[in-house]
Amino acid sequence: MPKPILKKVPISEQHPEERIKNFNEVPYGYVPGEAMKEAKRCLQCKNAPCITGCPVEIDIPGFIKAIGDGDFGKSIKILKEKTVLPAVCGRVCPQEEQCEKVCTLAKIGEPVAIGRLERFSSEWEAIQKTTDIPKIPAPTGKRVAVVGSGPAGLTIAGDLAMLGHNVVIFEALHQPGGVLIYGIPEFRLPKVIVEREIEYIKKLGVQIITSFVVGKTKTIDELLKEFDAIFVAAGAGLPWFMNIPGENYNGIYSANEYLTRANLMKAYLFPEWDTPIIKGKRVAVIGGGNVAMDSARTALRLGAESSMIIYRRSENEMPARMEEIIHAKEEGIDFHFLTLPVQYYADDLGWVNNMECIKMELGEPDSSGRRQPISINDSNFKIPVDVVIVAIGNSPNPLITTTTPGIEITKKGTIQINEKTGETSKSRVYAGGDVATGAATVILAMGTARIAAKSIHSLLQNK
Amino acid sequence: MNKILKKQVLSPGIKLFNVENKDIAEKVLPGQFVVIRAYAQGERIPLTVADVDINKKFITLIFQEVGQSTFYFGSLKEGDEISDVAGPLGKPSEIEHFGTCVCIGGGIGIAPVYPIIKALKNKGNKVISIIGARTEELLILKKEIKQISDELCITTDDGSYGKEGRVSNELSRLIKEGIKIDRVIAIGPGIMMKTISDITKPYEIKTIVSLNPIMVDGTGMCGACRVEVEGETKFACIDGPEFDAHLVNFDLLMKRQRMYTKEEKESMESLEKDKKRKSK
Ligand SMILES: Cc1cc2nc3c(=O)[nH]c(=O)nc-3n(C[C@H](O)[C@H](O)[C@H](O)COP(=O)(O)OP(=O)(O)OC[C@H]3O[C@@H](n4cnc5c(N)ncnc54)[C@H](O)[C@@H]3O)c2cc1C
Ligand SMILES: Cc1cc2nc3c(=O)[nH]c(=O)nc-3n(C[C@H](O)[C@H](O)[C@H](O)COP(=O)(O)OP(=O)(O)OC[C@H]3O[C@@H](n4cnc5c(N)ncnc54)[C@H](O)[C@@H]3O)c2cc1C
Ligand code: SF4
Ligand code: SF4
Ligand code: FES
Repeated sequence: MPKPILKKVPISEQHPEERIKNFNEVPYGYVPGEAMKEAKRCLQCKNAPCITGCPVEIDIPGFIKAIGDGDFGKSIKILKEKTVLPAVCGRVCPQEEQCEKVCTLAKIGEPVAIGRLERFSSEWEAIQKTTDIPKIPAPTGKRVAVVGSGPAGLTIAGDLAMLGHNVVIFEALHQPGGVLIYGIPEFRLPKVIVEREIEYIKKLGVQIITSFVVGKTKTIDELLKEFDAIFVAAGAGLPWFMNIPGENYNGIYSANEYLTRANLMKAYLFPEWDTPIIKGKRVAVIGGGNVAMDSARTALRLGAESSMIIYRRSENEMPARMEEIIHAKEEGIDFHFLTLPVQYYADDLGWVNNMECIKMELGEPDSSGRRQPISINDSNFKIPVDVVIVAIGNSPNPLITTTTPGIEITKKGTIQINEKTGETSKSRVYAGGDVATGAATVILAMGTARIAAKSIHSLLQNK
Repeated sequence: MNKILKKQVLSPGIKLFNVENKDIAEKVLPGQFVVIRAYAQGERIPLTVADVDINKKFITLIFQEVGQSTFYFGSLKEGDEISDVAGPLGKPSEIEHFGTCVCIGGGIGIAPVYPIIKALKNKGNKVISIIGARTEELLILKKEIKQISDELCITTDDGSYGKEGRVSNELSRLIKEGIKIDRVIAIGPGIMMKTISDITKPYEIKTIVSLNPIMVDGTGMCGACRVEVEGETKFACIDGPEFDAHLVNFDLLMKRQRMYTKEEKESMESLEKDKKRKSK
């Protein structure tokens, strides 16, 4: 057996100094030669631990072997057996926590670049002019409504359409895609890619109705009269604030608003596009997750002289993906760890100009296993700022649950489901994705959708 | 969907559209609004539903051209389609039998107060309406509101129609005359609603205002529409837009409304230069 190669084939990227001036994607992706070389690093392990690390159980050695053999068409086919969004997952999955974490090679060196290879296959497919549309069985005559068009909604719509059911997605915003469109920035996930994946799902016969706010335009109970089953995939879209003095001053945004303006409404193209955004010189982002990294890196690209991450724990506890943190550092984001804002100050016109913070230290681990931040007395200090982005988390929007009698929610405000089936407490209503799990990841949202697809399918068959 | 079935110019700069949308027409109640986006590069703006077709086929929007989006919107013609109309959003007005209600509309605020007057009247309230504008031209829905109100007072800042002065003067007059008022509903510019609130507060007359902060989605996902009510942050699009006036921080509302003044000017200039690409 040849000796394993311990390093990933490197990927070329836009230089940090260049990329902070544009919104183009940062990594360029593998060319076929690089992909084949990387694919050949895979040991084709018999037990394939990598598969257990993937929430949708992609046949990882299978699709990688096809790449290694130069049969790219086969590789994308294998991927699509388990995921309708390979171009998305290859880019945004926290691979270091999932498939690549358990890769055999990770024990002795770098794991196989599973994400990059997944992305490669999807890119290869995109440049072939034709996409294979699988053969769809005869219509069953059953109708399913899906609420929300994020990864969970798109996944279940694709799955059920391929089983011959009639699926309609209802989306509150004017464009489908959920967080993939309004939240994750262009430089990390180009919107043409998301649009392409959505086109594919439409080709499977799924209808998408936008600007339809379930709970307002129609309630779940009203939809139940027209549909045999409903899958709620409305995400976790309600932004949290810290409720500290001055948080409503001008210039202070939720990450949701900031990123929605920038991505969905294309404010970085203002005034050619109509929606404005405040381009701060000194921007502070509160939080340490992907959402915070995306906001801080967006601020840089909008021209900030200083873009800061303010995080109350230390670097080790930061929940953001590793690649995100590395990119943010390369781009010159300033990290202020163990720091917590306690109050904002403003000028006479109500514009934020200063942020008062307090220093923290780490105490005992809490229930999540992370060490609890504790504030240090009299450690207050001020940071001058002109834009602040609060990225401390989101929970599900109560718009649906408050208008749906009989649907139970948890203490966290998520919809209560049976994890094995996706069933809610209300008959014929299922849920999955962030609305059921709380803010999580794209691939987990897809995993929950897949489970619900199976139980909805069996419900419809027995009806 | 969303076809403009009828366009009417109510006064220079104020337009009325009947927009085809069955789903919203069937559902909407007084006090609720829609978020529209006129074309692909457009911004999302909220507009109150001013009226509904009895056959539930269309909704009526009345808007004033104040900046780039509303000017562009106003240039659309009968038969054109609006890219996106989402709604009905916000909580409906509280419509009960209160007794005597004074309904006040200032400027373009006359449009959103109109369906509330209608609904209150249908519930058997006595409705005294006060409407006002800067000048006669801008006074909309005079006839319609006169028809459904028990009493109507009209003011203009320049005295070109009705009494010279502000709508708030008329409210003060009614209070001084000793008329027992059970509820005031006031919709208009921030400063007008604040003045009204200051007038009714000492008399403990329940006063409802409809707040108009800047919005993006209108469904509770962005927090652009944050307002302060009784010291607590609320999202006007889902918790409101109507709130108890005596608990509202109007100064904050007015400051936040000016957040994009500079950008709004820039946007308007680029519309005038016709640099914008408009496409569906
Ligand atoms: C900025 C940001 C960066 C992220 N980065 C990553 C990353 O790098 N990797 C990763 O794996 N995960 C990441 N995540 C998390 C990931 O995006 C989510 O976990 C995932 O999108 C959840 O999918 P979903 O389908 O449950 O919901 P969403 O993607 O939130 O979609 C829900 C959809 O439902 C719609 N909706 C809501 N209410 C209604 C209603 N009443 N009627 C109709 N439609 C409604 C919404 O408008 C939305 O389009 C990130 C999240 C954010 C915000
Ligand atoms: C719940 C609600 C109901 C409304 N109903 C009506 C109505 O029935 N008729 C009507 O004429 N107007 C109504 N408005 C106000 C209307 O939304 C604004 O006039 C419009 O958005 C202005 O956009 P613009 O680009 O033309 O002007 P701009 O030049 O952008 O701004 C002019 C003014 O409008 C405000 N504004 C700008 N963008 C927004 C936005 N996205 N959301 C809210 N306000 C904004 C600004 O604070 C500014 O004071 C309503 C507002 C709210 C919040
Ligand atoms: S979907 Fe995500 S977790 Fe699964 S193999 Fe692809 S990158 Fe890994
Ligand atoms: S664990 Fe790693 S090396 Fe083994 S099959 Fe999976 S990807 Fe290949
Ligand atoms: S407009 Fe976005 S939360 Fe109200």
